[in-house]
Amino acid sequence: MMEIDNNLINININTIDVLKKPEINISGEKCIINAENIDYKSLNYSIRSILNEIKYSQVYESDTLRKIKTIELNNVSGQRYIGDGIQSKIIISIKGTPGNDLGAFMDGPEIEVFGNVQDGTGNTMNSGKIIVHGSAGDILGYSMRGGEIYIKEDAGYRSGIHMKSYLEKFPVIVIGGKAGNFLGEYMAGGIIIVLGIYNLVNPVKNFYLFDDNEAAGNYIGTGMHGGKIFIRGQISNHKLGKEIIKSEINEEDKELIQKYLNNYYKYFGINDKEKVNLKDFIKLSPFSKRPYGKLYAY
Amino acid sequence: MTLKLNQSEFEIIRDKEKCISCQVCVRQCSNDVHEYDETEGVILSDSSKCVGCHRCETLCPTGSIKIKKRESEFKSNANWTPEHLKNIYKQAETGGVILTGMGCDKPYPVYWDHILFNASQVTNPSIDPLREPMEIKTFIGRKPDILEIKPVKEAGSDIIKYKNNLEPQLEINIPVLFSAMSYGSISLNAVKSLARAASEFGTFYNTGEGGLHKDLMIYADNTIVQVASGRFGVDKNYLNNGAAVEIKIGQGAKPGIGGHLPGEKVNYDVSTTRMIPEGSDAISPAPHHDIYSIEDLSQLIYALKEATEYKKPVGVKVSAVHNIAPIASGIVRAGADFISIDGFRGGTGAAPQVIRDNVGIPIELALSSVDLRLREEGIRHKVSLIVAGSIRSSSDVIKAIALGADAVYIGTAALVALGCHLCQKCYTGKCNWGIATQDPYLTKRLNPEIGTRRLLNLLNAWSHEIKEMLGGAGINAIESLRGNREHLRGVGLNERELSILGIKHAGEAW
Repeated sequence: MMEIDNNLINININTIDVLKKPEINISGEKCIINAENIDYKSLNYSIRSILNEIKYSQVYESDTLRKIKTIELNNVSGQRYIGDGIQSKIIISIKGTPGNDLGAFMDGPEIEVFGNVQDGTGNTMNSGKIIVHGSAGDILGYSMRGGEIYIKEDAGYRSGIHMKSYLEKFPVIVIGGKAGNFLGEYMAGGIIIVLGIYNLVNPVKNFYLFDDNEAAGNYIGTGMHGGKIFIRGQISNHKLGKEIIKSEINEEDKELIQKYLNNYYKYFGINDKEKVNLKDFIKLSPFSKRPYGKLYAY
Repeated sequence: MTLKLNQSEFEIIRDKEKCISCQVCVRQCSNDVHEYDETEGVILSDSSKCVGCHRCETLCPTGSIKIKKRESEFKSNANWTPEHLKNIYKQAETGGVILTGMGCDKPYPVYWDHILFNASQVTNPSIDPLREPMEIKTFIGRKPDILEIKPVKEAGSDIIKYKNNLEPQLEINIPVLFSAMSYGSISLNAVKSLARAASEFGTFYNTGEGGLHKDLMIYADNTIVQVASGRFGVDKNYLNNGAAVEIKIGQGAKPGIGGHLPGEKVNYDVSTTRMIPEGSDAISPAPHHDIYSIEDLSQLIYALKEATEYKKPVGVKVSAVHNIAPIASGIVRAGADFISIDGFRGGTGAAPQVIRDNVGIPIELALSSVDLRLREEGIRHKVSLIVAGSIRSSSDVIKAIALGADAVYIGTAALVALGCHLCQKCYTGKCNWGIATQDPYLTKRLNPEIGTRRLLNLLNAWSHEIKEMLGGAGINAIESLRGNREHLRGVGLNERELSILGIKHAGEAW
């Protein structure tokens, strides 16, 4: 058992907020936090404090904290900003439903969620991984510059909006189910792969259901000027943004898709029967890196 | 061939007797106006390319060049002004949106010029700032609802400490900060001048939405980092390298619209700062797509507070628009520590002219209505107001503070100090003064050492003037003037304007 010093907890925080100390247990390589009835400020503060303690404990051979590889959060219900701005290689395992902006500005951690995630997951994320055993809300991976996001089932509107790549940074989103409208809006780099393998049988998710049987909604890639979107199955032309072209995938694309598909299979334990056929994918990419180049009079 | 109907705006008059054909003007002009004719040994000038930046006129060693506004260009017409005609000709040729730079230059009323400041006579002595202490330092950040203090024993003696922790504050030695101008829109030498001047004087500069260049990280304690809709260059290190974070919702020169830095301006250095590939457009969407409401704004504010561990003030920059007072109230309630309001005369590196000249409201009216609204709602102390949008002199600063501002942002004024002549061609990237350009041949014209000194001189001069005006009114601290409208009187304003400004007309006593 580790105690977080109460005095430590009260610093740097808004005068009206009183922080609560969650129940924390350490077993081997895991640090388990019970998030039940704990507000997001207290929860995230505890995570940061533990990460700090782990960092400082690195110098002491005997410290049990230095062995911690995973922080497990139990009974999470809607707490926002988990993993926000964390620069570390820690694994954060979440049981329950985390709130908006999961992994925002995150730089390094691997977050695995056993449940659904809400809006803004991976907002402006720089590196790291988010694995979701469920569905995601809107603006998944907004402006993400690096790292990987795997969603087992569906994703809401504006997934991958303004994703961009830079040098070694190459953001990837894999959506196992279907994606809502405006997929890859303003996209400037990286890749999005949509598998469309879930048939949306759960009536709760019906709002993503389209009239057709295609894997993504309307206005795909509006304003797109970089990166690639791979979708399994066909997409009607009227659903594409005016900035993009549809084409067949080449060998290079196949290799790229296969690499991330393998991760998807591994993370979610997909059996051979459920695996998808690579030749079913189409590629969507922008006409130009400069879609608005001719808009102005000089 | 397309028929070019546009006539030149300026006329270059060269005194042939004074000209020694030294070709300084040829080398200095990035618009290729001047050309040396070797066979004749004379310099020829093409007025149609002149933008009126006065670089050649300023640098001509013999004073032989004069740039004049071209007269009798069109038949005079009060309705169809030359500007309308020229824009139509240009659009008929190109089919494009007319771009422009700097702030709105149209003759809308400038309320600063209709407001007069007070001074003491007999009943309340004035103060001489040269002999008596005068405080123009202030703090940007959320202030507590109540201030509770407790005595603490420290090193054997009793001292007084705050009972609760204060929210993070920015300490500024003059109520003037340098407003957001990104590296990309202006040159690195210009940003360096601003950063160095801010750190030497004890105020702040703002990165704009273009990321943070590695050479500027040493000025972290005097940097406000901006987070805009494109999130260019925004990562944890960027947030760590600022003293405060500003969420950019809008800009006075182009409220409500996004922007794009054209790919040809994204060179290697700009690309590393913005963290985007070289040569690709940097597109900032019009809205933040994670902010469609005050609640969503609150979400981003707290995402940034969590990322910076509640150690840095987080502010929100908005344009002055018609509904600004309730918007500001919402921003305070969303948890912002400061609000930056940019009036419609605020500058820009590039904006569609139609937006710049027709959208938004004057900062004087926006500021006053926001200050009054927040006071009415009892939440004025929860936020600091920084106003921008054409602060031209220390008297504008004083009047803004008396109208309720905590501090002002200066952008254009700072660039003018660096040599800008307001030719409004920033968007071409050919700035002859080395400010709004990335061309190494042009940027080396601006020496950051000299730039820093000129900015420091400006801040020093303004602080003397501010102190003189404060002393004259019998006030010895800038914070005593904030929102103190009794020190202002309007001239030539109607009832409605006076009531929005919350001031009396000149001649009305207390």
